[in-house]
Parts: sequence; C-alpha cells; structure tokens
Amino acid sequence: MNALAHSAATHAAADHHGFLSPSGVEIVFVLVGLVTLGAALATVTTKQLVHAALWLVVALGGVAVEYLLLTAEFIAWVQVLIYVGSVVVLILFGLMLTRAPIGRSPDADSGNRWAALAVSVAAAATLVTVVVDAFRATWIDLADPAGPGSGSSEVTGTALFRHWVLPFEALSVLLLAALVGAIVLSRRDGDRDLPPARTRAGER
Amino acid sequence: MSTTTLAALVPVLPALGALTGLLLGRRAPGFVRPLAVLPTLAAAVLAVVVAARQGGGPALRAATELAPTGNDALPLQLALNLDGFAVLVAVLVGVVATCVQVYSTGYLRDDPRYASYAALVSLFTAAMFLVVYSDDLIVLLVGWEVMGICSYFLVGHYWETPAARAASLKAFLVTKLGDVPFLIGILALASEAGSFRISTVVTRLTSSLSGHELTHPTVIALLLLAGVAGKSALLPLHSWLPDAMAGPTPVSALIHAATMVAAGVYFVARLLPVFTASAAALVVLAVLAALTMTGSALAALAQDDIKRVLAYSTISQLAYMAAALAVADRGAAVFHLLVHGAFKALLFLAAGVVIHAAGTNSLTVMARTGGIARRVPDAYWTMTIALLALAAIPPFSGFFSKEAVLAAAEHAAFGDAHPPFAGAHAVPAGAGWIVLVAGLVTALLTAAYAARLWLLAFRGGPAVAPLAVTGEKAAEHVPEQVPQQAPETELATPGPVHRHAGHDEHRPAPAVMNLVLWTLALPSLALGIAFPVLPHWFDGASLTPTPATSVLATGVALVGGLLTYATWRHSSALAALHPEHDADPGVLLLGPLHRHAAAGFHLDALYRAVVVRPVQGAAGLVRFLDSAVVDTYVAAAGRAPRLLGAAVRRAQTGNVQTYLGALLTGSLALAVIAVVAMTGNGGA
Amino acid sequence: MHLAYPAVLAVLLFCVGLYGVLARRNAILVLMAVELMLNAVNINLVAFDVWLRDTLHAGQALTLFTIAIAAAEIGIGLAIVLLVHRNRGSSDIDRLRDLRESDSPSGGDSGGGSRAEKSPASATDNDAESGSDQQVQGPAAGRRHA
Repeated sequence: MNALAHSAATHAAADHHGFLSPSGVEIVFVLVGLVTLGAALATVTTKQLVHAALWLVVALGGVAVEYLLLTAEFIAWVQVLIYVGSVVVLILFGLMLTRAPIGRSPDADSGNRWAALAVSVAAAATLVTVVVDAFRATWIDLADPAGPGSGSSEVTGTALFRHWVLPFEALSVLLLAALVGAIVLSRRDGDRDLPPARTRAGER
Repeated sequence: MSTTTLAALVPVLPALGALTGLLLGRRAPGFVRPLAVLPTLAAAVLAVVVAARQGGGPALRAATELAPTGNDALPLQLALNLDGFAVLVAVLVGVVATCVQVYSTGYLRDDPRYASYAALVSLFTAAMFLVVYSDDLIVLLVGWEVMGICSYFLVGHYWETPAARAASLKAFLVTKLGDVPFLIGILALASEAGSFRISTVVTRLTSSLSGHELTHPTVIALLLLAGVAGKSALLPLHSWLPDAMAGPTPVSALIHAATMVAAGVYFVARLLPVFTASAAALVVLAVLAALTMTGSALAALAQDDIKRVLAYSTISQLAYMAAALAVADRGAAVFHLLVHGAFKALLFLAAGVVIHAAGTNSLTVMARTGGIARRVPDAYWTMTIALLALAAIPPFSGFFSKEAVLAAAEHAAFGDAHPPFAGAHAVPAGAGWIVLVAGLVTALLTAAYAARLWLLAFRGGPAVAPLAVTGEKAAEHVPEQVPQQAPETELATPGPVHRHAGHDEHRPAPAVMNLVLWTLALPSLALGIAFPVLPHWFDGASLTPTPATSVLATGVALVGGLLTYATWRHSSALAALHPEHDADPGVLLLGPLHRHAAAGFHLDALYRAVVVRPVQGAAGLVRFLDSAVVDTYVAAAGRAPRLLGAAVRRAQTGNVQTYLGALLTGSLALAVIAVVAMTGNGGA
Repeated sequence: MHLAYPAVLAVLLFCVGLYGVLARRNAILVLMAVELMLNAVNINLVAFDVWLRDTLHAGQALTLFTIAIAAAEIGIGLAIVLLVHRNRGSSDIDRLRDLRESDSPSGGDSGGGSRAEKSPASATDNDAESGSDQQVQGPAAGRRHA
C-alpha cells in the first residue's frame, strides 16, 4: 500500500501539478482511505458484535468522505443519510432482536476463517495487481470547468430526473416490494386465521 | 382319391388328432378316446390302402415346393416317395400305433394326464409317418426331431419320479447328440449330391449313366451314422433306451417297435447307396452292429427288470437290422424291421399286462410269486409266441427275418453278394464275417434270454423265501448306476389294486388289451411266411433262408434255449433248497460277467466319468469365472461411482460459506488464468 | 487525482468485505460485510464517473440506485435473519445446514427433523420477544400450540 502510494505519488509529482493542489487531495484521500480500511477490517474481525456495527459506521462514514473528495457531494450525503442513518440503525436493531450478546463472543468467526483469509488475500493481490497495472497512468481531472461540482445536488438531480426517471420509478417499485416483503417475512406465519388463534391464545 | 393324396392324409390325420386332442383334452374328456384312436386307426387303414394300391410297383412320387433355400437347385420340397419300403413300414407304424392307442385306452384309463399322453402318441405317430413317406431330407429331419421331442415328453410321462425325469432328459440329450452330426451330414450330402430329395440322391448315386460320385462318402456316411446311432440306439449312443423304460409301457412298445428306433434303420435303408459308396462306413456299421448286438444281448441276459430285458433285446435286434444294412441288404433289414416291430410291440404290450398282474417289474419277484401264467393266460400265450419269434424258432416270423439277415451276411462273407443296385461297391467280406459271427452268437444269446424271461416270468414257483430276501436280492443284483424304477402300474392304475400287490384281487386286464395282444400275435406268428412275396416290394433280392445258416442259427438258438432251461432247473432246485439263492439262470450262465452285464457293461459309469464329470467341472469353472472374475468388473463398475458419489456427498456440507469460498476460489483461479493469458498475449 | 487510489481502495474494501462474508458466523455480521462490498463497488462507480466526466452521470445515478437497493436488501435480509432466528433459535449461518447431504439415503426424515426442531426454538423465541411483540406473538403461539 505504501509502496503503491509512493509510486503513485512519484507519478503525480512527476506528471501533474496544478489545479487545486491535487497532491493534497490525494494525501487526504489516502489517509481517509486508510481509516476506512482499518474500520472495515475492525468490522470484520472484532469479536464484539455491537462494536462491529459501530466500526461499520466509521467505515461507511469514511467512504462518504471519499465521495466528497471525489466531488460527488450528493452521493456523500445520501451515503451518510441512508447508510449511516438507517442501515446501521437497522443492523443494530437486528442485532438486538436476535439477542446478540453484548461483549466479546468468542465464536464470532466460523471455522473456515483461514480459508476465507487465503481467498480474500489472493483476491486482493490479484485485483490490486490488475487494477494498478491498468490505471497506472490515469488521472482524474477534479477541476470542474463548468462552475459547480459535477457531483452537486443540482447536477445529480438534473441527471436523475432527466435521464434516469424510468429506472428511478422502477426502483421505487422495488423499494415498495422490499417493504412489503420485509413486512410479510417479519409477520408470524399463518396470520390469516388470526381471530380464532387469538381466542385460543386467550384460553391458554 | 389318388394314392398320393391318400398317402398325404396318413401323417396329417394323426397330427390333426394330436392337435385337437391337446386343445380339447381338458375341456371335453369324453372326446379324448375317440380322438386318440380314430385318427390313428384311419391313418393305419389309409396306409394299408396305400400299400395295396402301390402294390410293390415302381415308386410313386409327388412333390410340391415348400420353401426356397437361396440355391435354386436345392429347394425344400414337400415330397412323397411311395416305394415298397415306405408303404410297408407305414403299414407297420399304423398298425402298431393303432394297437398302442387302443391298448392305452385300457392301460392308462385312470391316468389324469391321459389326454396329453394320447395326443403326444398321435403326434409321435404322425412324425413317424412323415419320416417314412417324406422324400425330402429336411422334411424328414422335421419328423425326426418331432419324434425326439415327443419321446422326451412321453418317456417323462411320470415326471413325478426322478428316474422318469432323468430318463427323458437322457433320451433327449443323447439323441440330440447324434442329431447334430446328422444335420451336418444331411447338409453335406445335399450339397454334394445336389438335391434334398432322397430319390434324386439315390438315383444320381446308383445310375451308371450319370457317373455321379460323392466326394467324401465316408465322412457323410459317418455323420449320418451318428444320428442313426442316436435314434436307433447303436453302441455309443444306445444308453438312453434302457432308461427310457421309465415311460409307460405302451410308449415303450411304440418307441421300440414302430417309431423312434425304427426311424434310424429305415433312414439308412433309404439312403443305403450313400453308405455303400464307402466301404469304411460299412465296416464301421458292421463293427458297431456286432458289438451292440452281442453286448446288449449279454446285458439282456442279466437284467432283472422285465422291461429292461426287452429294451436290451430291442437294442440287440436293432443291431441285427443295422448288420443287415452293413452287408448292404436293405430288404433283409426292413423285413426284420417289420417282423421285429410286430413281435416287439406284442412283447411290450404283453409285458405291460404281466407287470399289471404281478404288480412289479422285477423278474426275480415274479419268479418267486409265480402263477402269473394262470392269472393272465392271454398275455402268457401271446408272449410265448412273441418270445419264440424273438428267439427265431423256425415256424415263427422271427426265424425268417433273421435268416434273411444271416443269409445276406453269408453272401457278403463269401463274396457272392450281388449288389442290390448298380454302382455300389462290393460289400467288404470282413463286414460279412463280422456280422455272420456276431449274428450267430447273438442268436444263441437271444434264445437264452428269451428262455430266461419266459421261465422266470411264467414258470416260477410260489414264494418260498421271505420277502426280505427279495429286497436283498434286488439290492445285490441291481447296481447303483441302473436307475431303479418304481413299478409303474401303481402310477398307471391308482386304486386299491396294487396296494395289495401279489394277491388275488387283481382286476383282470381290460378286454381291449387282450384283443390287441391277439391282434399282434397274428403277424408275430405268421408274418415270416411272407418272405417269398416281399422281395417283390423290396429290391428283389431273395429273402429265402439258406440251408446252412438256418440250420446253424436254429441249432445255436435251440442250444441256448436248452442250456438256459437246464441251468434254470438246476438253479431253481438250488433255490428251493437254499432260500438265499434264486432261480435266475442268468447268474449261472454269465458267471463273473453277470455283474458287468447287469450294469450295461458300465457304459453309463464310463460316460459319467468321461463326459458328465468334465462337463460339470467345466461348468463349475465357468461359474467360478463368472462370479469371481467377470462379476468383479461389474461390481467394481458399480462400486467406483458409488465411492465417487460418497466423496461428492461428503463435500455437500450444507455450509453456505464453504460453497461460496469454493466458488470464489474457482472464479479467482479463472480470473488469474485469464489475466495471465491476456498479458502473455500482450507481451507476445 | 490518480485513479489508482480509489480503485485500489475499492479493491481492498471489497476484499475485506469478502473476508467478512466468508469468515463471519453471525448472519448480521455477514450482512455488514456485504454492505462493505457494496460500498466498494460504489466507490468504483463514483470514481469512474468522475474520471469519465459522463454527461449522463450514469455512475452517480447507479450509485444512488445501489444505495437504495442496499437499503432494501438490508431490510429483507434482516427480516430473513430474524425469521430464521425465530425459527431456529440461532442466526449462525454455519448451523443452517439442512441442505447438506445426509448419510441416510432418504432425505425425507431430515426435513421432518428440522420441523421437529422448530417448535422448541420458536417457544424460546416467543419468550424473548414477549414484551415487544405481544400483538403478533399471541396468535402465533396459539396457532403453533394448536
């Protein structure tokens, strides 16, 4: 990682110097990326389930910062709102509903941890090699010649409601279906015969 | 109707009778007897009519094509050939079969399987008619094989007893053993002679104009001889015939007198030019016949079972016919065939009555109980006539036919035989001598065993010894190799009769049976007188007895009979003094040979050692190979996928993470391979 | 900015999530790891959108969609996990092995076994949730005991 960052930095130093002090953005990006990665690693390795959820908050927040650094501010706020705001809360609720133990649980990892480690390290090595090899000399021009940031709410909203209306509406239907599905799944099965069941429960 | 049409009806009628009998036998028991007797009787009458119309003239032939064989020159034809031999043998078959059917209505009147029995006898008769009349070798073979299967069913009629099952299987297998070379021989003969028609083959071989000669006469003759030996019970393949006594007595009469065994002799007589074309085949036939006739006559002298005595006597007499053929005199052979058919049928049918009366097959027991002659006088007198005919005592028919055979042998031995047809080789003198000497020895032995049979069966005294000795006696005299047969009459006539065997409450034999006996006694008595007429029906060679042989043969026959009588007097006197002796003169006459003769000279044991054991060993080996070697591959082919499946099943842990890990590893490997391939290509 | 930074970050985040999915035992932790993987994809989408200067902003729109779908997924997933936990008394995914190949050749009795296993687990489940989930728990328990 350091070597990669170093090589990238030397590349940056060699080729591009100019707008918006790119090396500064890069440094921040790398730092935040390191925090994000560390939080993610803690999420998947900690023995305490609630801590894992909290580390996930950190990781998702780091990703939101990365979005900001990539000038996608609307996405970043959506990330904060939905992920950090709702998904993590949902997960915490799930942990509580499944009576997850507070404190260290020694069996948080399953038996095939080492196999998982090997697979993921190998995947990481392969993918990093390929990605670095492919985008070694590619640069993102973060400077926006046309006024406000390309990821601002206005730009994103325009694109979304001009070009992506139909998928957006389809997505709303999907969300509705997910909502209904979650309700159906969460209900105790067989609620069709609810009144007699209730009377029977009352008798007991 | 023309003669050929009548002749064609002769085999068809009993076949139809058999068919309807098999179909209706169970549903309409009332029709079974008429269906059994009437078609056979009609066929016999038609055979007589055909014979009368043919009248010994030139052969009548008719043919219609049955099936092509792929070779246009060799079609299969439904052909009739009505010459003197055919019509006379057909008359014999018809008469004997009718007698057997009529006799069976009485003999098997209480048998639950009478319907199928009668139908099979009819089918048997039809097949024999087909063999007799057919002019086509393949059609003849069809009748031949139908007879084989019918004999299998009929010998195994009492299939409840293991002896009958074994005997029927043995009869079938042994005759089939001969039939395989027989079929090959027929095909070889047809391909060499260029026709399946017997008459054509014979004409081509005997005509001096065509000059047609077989390329391999000896091979063909020996191949055909194997089938003939199987059917006509010549030496190597004769052993089924004594065991076939496990069948009902009328079946024995039919097989021995008219149908099955006669077929072989008749076949050789029809195809005699093929055999005379090879001197070697004639010598082989003569040696076989000589060995068979003396050996089986000795064996007949030692048998205790009356039916086995008759069976060995049949083998011996068949060998006489074969001997006549070996000296190329088919007239004498067929003459003896006719006469023998008459008296042997009579012997068997009378023996059936005797067994019925005595309640046992054993001669020893008959000799002890005695009084059979008083109880069944008809059987006594007819059997006496038949035995005299068998022993060839002058006025009886057997004398003339046997003299014809011996005269032919004499002619051959002294080289003054005139070939019966042109183109035949001269009969080797050696064959003539062999036949002559063996014939004379057999004449002696025949008279001896005929006398022994008569004396033991009809002249025995009342029981002196306790029955326990009888059991001991039977155990001593019947070696294990000989299948011990239960007295079949207990099966044939279930009822109160034989529960009290040997007492006076026997039912008298039915009148039809006696009628049949006297009907058959007539030709046994007088058929021999026909010798001046018969040459006109046959090849024309004289059948008149020659003085030298007739004096010689009658002399040795008388010597044999008298010797047996003297021995019997001696032994029965001895038996009266010492209960442990019995009156059997055969023991004294044969001396140390008796034990071997009683076992049929251990041929069955020899076959068991030489053929049965190795075959069983080989079968065991094959079974072992199949179960231990072949099945191992099969089982392994089943077990390997099972093990593989178990391994795969072990992988199905149900843990989703394992599956996912394996999936990702695989896709990762694929990705790496793809990348390496791409960069490798890019680098290149 | 160098494109390799977000790309490498996305890769590493993805592989961390991958490790989590493969190694964690609790189903909710696995869901968290899945969220991490989705975020890695989102980073990629945003980065490449910015790099390509796409006028349609396909990457960002797709990221929004992904976030929405992830929200739906986490909702459904948690519902399933809750249901499983309610039925089995456990949300450990390496114990949910009803689909494994059993040694007995007939698969029929394994289904029966899981059904038999179901009722005591649900009974404990009901006890745990009796305070919060009264309205639902009553009839369901009644039906089950009937």
